[in-house]
Amino acid sequence: MTVVLESLPPVLEVEGLSIAYRDGQAERRAVHDVSFRINPGEVVALVGESGSGKTTTAQSIMGLLAANGRVESGSIRLNGTDIARWSDRQLDTVRGAKISLVPQDPGSSLNPVKTIGAQLGEIFRIHGALRSEEIDHRVISLLARVGLSEPALRAQQYPHELSGGMRQRVLIAIAIALKPQLIIADEPTSALDVTVQKRILDLIDELRTEYGTSVLLVTHDLGVAADRADRIVVLQKGRIQEQGATAAVLSAPRSPYTRQLLADAPSFTAPSRLPAVARLPDSRAEDDVVVVEGLVREFLRDGGRERLRAVDDVSFRVRRGTTHAIVGESGSGKTTTMRSIVGFDRPTAGRIEVDGTEISGLKGEDLRQFRRKIQLVYQNPYGSLDPRQSVLQIVSEPLLNFSRLTRAERDEKARAILARVGLPADALLRRPHALSGGQRQRVAIARALVLDPQVVVLDEAVSALDVSVQARILDLLDELQSDLGLTYLFVSHDLAVVRQISDTVSVLKDGRLVEGGAVSEVFEAPRSEYTRELINAIPGQTRRAAA
Amino acid sequence: MSAYLLNRVAQALFVLWAAFTVSFVLLQAMPGDAVLIKFQNPDLGLTAAQVAEIRASYAVDSPFVVQYVRTIGKFLTGDFGYSVQAGVPVGTLLAAHLPATLKLATLGFLLAGVLAILIAFVSSLTRFAWLRGALQSIPSLFISVPTFWLGIMLIQIFSFRLKLVPVINPAPWQELILPVMALAVPISAPLAQVLVRNIDDVMTRPFVVVARAKGATRFWVLWRHVAKNALLPTLTIAGVLFGELVAGAVVTETVFGLNGIGGLTERAVGSQDTAVLQAIVVISALAFVIINLVVDLLYPVLDPRLRTKAGVAA
Amino acid sequence: MTTFDTLHNEAAADANRQGGWRADTATRLRRAPLGLALSWLILGIALLWAVAPSLFTGYNPIEGIGGAQLKRPGAEHLLGTDALGRDLYARIVYGAVHSLTGAFVAVGLGLVVGTGLGVLAGSVRRRFDDAIMRVVDVLLSIPPLLLSLSIIILLGFGTVNAAIAVGVTSVAGFARLARAEVVRVRRSDYVEAAFGSGGTFASVLWRHVLPNSLTSVLAFASLQFGSAVLQISTLGFLGYGAPPPTPEWGLLIAEGRNYISTAWWLTTAPGVIVVVVVLAANRVSQSFGKAPA
Repeated sequence: MTVVLESLPPVLEVEGLSIAYRDGQAERRAVHDVSFRINPGEVVALVGESGSGKTTTAQSIMGLLAANGRVESGSIRLNGTDIARWSDRQLDTVRGAKISLVPQDPGSSLNPVKTIGAQLGEIFRIHGALRSEEIDHRVISLLARVGLSEPALRAQQYPHELSGGMRQRVLIAIAIALKPQLIIADEPTSALDVTVQKRILDLIDELRTEYGTSVLLVTHDLGVAADRADRIVVLQKGRIQEQGATAAVLSAPRSPYTRQLLADAPSFTAPSRLPAVARLPDSRAEDDVVVVEGLVREFLRDGGRERLRAVDDVSFRVRRGTTHAIVGESGSGKTTTMRSIVGFDRPTAGRIEVDGTEISGLKGEDLRQFRRKIQLVYQNPYGSLDPRQSVLQIVSEPLLNFSRLTRAERDEKARAILARVGLPADALLRRPHALSGGQRQRVAIARALVLDPQVVVLDEAVSALDVSVQARILDLLDELQSDLGLTYLFVSHDLAVVRQISDTVSVLKDGRLVEGGAVSEVFEAPRSEYTRELINAIPGQTRRAAA
Repeated sequence: MSAYLLNRVAQALFVLWAAFTVSFVLLQAMPGDAVLIKFQNPDLGLTAAQVAEIRASYAVDSPFVVQYVRTIGKFLTGDFGYSVQAGVPVGTLLAAHLPATLKLATLGFLLAGVLAILIAFVSSLTRFAWLRGALQSIPSLFISVPTFWLGIMLIQIFSFRLKLVPVINPAPWQELILPVMALAVPISAPLAQVLVRNIDDVMTRPFVVVARAKGATRFWVLWRHVAKNALLPTLTIAGVLFGELVAGAVVTETVFGLNGIGGLTERAVGSQDTAVLQAIVVISALAFVIINLVVDLLYPVLDPRLRTKAGVAA
Repeated sequence: MTTFDTLHNEAAADANRQGGWRADTATRLRRAPLGLALSWLILGIALLWAVAPSLFTGYNPIEGIGGAQLKRPGAEHLLGTDALGRDLYARIVYGAVHSLTGAFVAVGLGLVVGTGLGVLAGSVRRRFDDAIMRVVDVLLSIPPLLLSLSIIILLGFGTVNAAIAVGVTSVAGFARLARAEVVRVRRSDYVEAAFGSGGTFASVLWRHVLPNSLTSVLAFASLQFGSAVLQISTLGFLGYGAPPPTPEWGLLIAEGRNYISTAWWLTTAPGVIVVVVVLAANRVSQSFGKAPA
């Protein structure tokens, strides 16, 4: 260590921090003996899955723990002063001025009934930092600095008039307004589309260099941490598993947990999938189980005065036994396309054929019978399972709808499929709320499979899961496909996962098909500018490039 | 915007017409009508023929449809009929009784609003769990107390025990103290409950954390961020509160012997004076419809999210 | 966009689960006896008063005792006596049956008719839904007490008629809630998933929509019970309920008014009983609302 570095004390030093939440009479410890430091100008990433205590740790630094949380022991030293036990009144002078926050969900992090300008100007008023006639001017220059067009107009607007990315820029403007020494960015981009995510992270990087601010980046995404952080702190169940320089942690992880996390993260895994031709040697090339031709879906808006084309002339074919991914950002029309294929939405024009059945004219009993061929697994496994039914009831219900099996036969079949998806036998009589996220998604998969469908549609089916859980579910899906010869239609915004598990892909943007074809070709040599941008925005590039 | 306005006004007029019809059917289909109750009284010494003549003059014997059309026509011109019991036009009767009720209702509503806001804001600002608990349990207590009994208890305590408010010949302001208190309690309860719930709800939103992270104090956050977000939705229960206000007025005026619309209502029911009761029902429905219409039109003005939506529609 | 919201909701759910549900039950059990158990006890006693009043008092609620007029509360007469020498405690005990059956009839009427309308409106086509909800709007536009009074004029005075009058006023509330719940549940993923796995309209309605939407309707019904007790006592107080000498609670308070300066217990005691019963009913209904769905 050089003399120069020693003369610059760390901005933040957390030592032996333990935090507990009171739950009724009992106290539950969420953070155990956590220590780390952030040097001036440095980016430190707190990485962990849900329940790792990363957000709790970040909240405690600002003194914004939930009402039932408290710091049990340890110290949080800001420029050498321990602020862990400061009162609200003392902390109010630090928050916003010395430490600021970029929150996770830009959608709800701005007050809906106040203008952007008022919410940004407020921080100067709170700290008495500027005279009130100077505030307006400063607000507009800050909005311009974070890259908003027409800053004077934006200042007059309300949050709902701005897009998610623009709102996050406003929140960043609030965070840098008083040039704090430390910015806590709590999952700052996880609610945003990948291309927007990249631009926001670039902006934070740029401002950090300009102001010399340190950043504590809280994230579940090792890829983001790998790209942006100088050092990484890996948390699991409230304990530090490992910390060190980013390159060291990623190239030579010491703890088994970090190794597992790296192995599970789709952004780092090289595509291991055999090409469909190799896996399915005896399938005929023309055996397409899903055929979509010229699909158009228009929605009427404003009582029919305006037409919105959510899906505009989309065509693709999916071979039996393969996985086809539909990729796009929000508003791309991927969800509408998917809903038309499973028969929940009626297209305005175009042809959809599933396993030889043309579905556009299907109604009533015919539509009901059609549903045996194609099943849907939803994004949110909690919302798609009836909270009042047991696991066994949920999985045997499709059988009740279609077959004349006795109750015992239904139970047997449901038990068999639940065992197949790896659900423990003691979970069969539980309700969904007593299961973990991963287990719930296994139940949803079992329900989809119990009717022996030809095609299973997976709508962001692993997006809500932690990476380690996600990896297990993806393994299971792979296994089921090769055992049962299933065809998957995989709808996702996550290109890293798509590259890992799909054979073919359709890229959608604003309702149009931008690009389609074999995954290897599309990812290696994207033809459209948009696809290239999407691929470049996948986090974790730096590490892949190094590897 | 104008299409939306027309639609809302049409809806309001429909509700009003339907409320009139419902009350007309309910009140005209009654078994013993008011005319008989009054004029068959043997003390008056009227013969059966004379009673029949009087009935004809009140047109109670015409067919149902004729009466319905005639009554609706009269209501549209502001003629609410004739009070059989008091022997004067209903309009005159209402005009005479309205000021007392308006005074009582306005003061009661104001006191209720102050009580509710105090309960909600103090309980969310305080750091003492016991005070928060105590304040937040007040509305559920208030909502469980019968208004008429509360009125009687207030008289018993303040007039008879403590002798603070005279029962006999009170000054005009003294006369109102206890009724206003009795009326405010049942109205403040739902208002406070909604406010407490809204504040709790808004407090959990991420923008509150962002405001705290700017360095704002708890009071600053409550006053500048939470208050408007929490107060806006209370507008939607304005109609319900109006219903409570009417019920409260009937009961308190009866208990305290005040000469307002409430007392009039109570006497009209006792003597089956249907014309009076129907006029009161229709006027209340009118007030309710107007209140909701105003709330619907005011909401977009106060909430920027709806303002632009309405703007887009225009 | 919602992907990560659910991620974090799940994180919260996971955290709760990790907290150990044993601790959770323990606290629930520890907290329950204080408020909730007392509330159940009060409702239980009130119910027993209604079913078998003679077990609780030896006095006759209708016939007074000569020379025992306007006695203060004491050992002989727990809550004192009225101007006719009738034991007030006995009158309250015998009065329970009027208040409680009245409230049951009122809530039952609102629950059956209102929920029926609401479920119908929530599950059928647009136009029919609109028609039902317009009717509900009209019911809501007349202040509840005035609506009750109009119905009482139509039906005449009496305990059952007062109960019906109160019940009609709650129809609109039940209908709105039931419809909102049905619409909410119908939008959920699990209902769509049930259609997706081949369910018919009737089977999905029966297996998923009704069970999931009626929980909060039942919680609302128990909340309405307390409110019905209040409204019925109000009608009784105004003299539109059961006629004297029936010992209905509201009527007891009305009768006690004449002795407000001399016999405070005649108005105080029955009022306290009403407040306590309504508080207990509301507390119990709150616990229904919080029970996991």
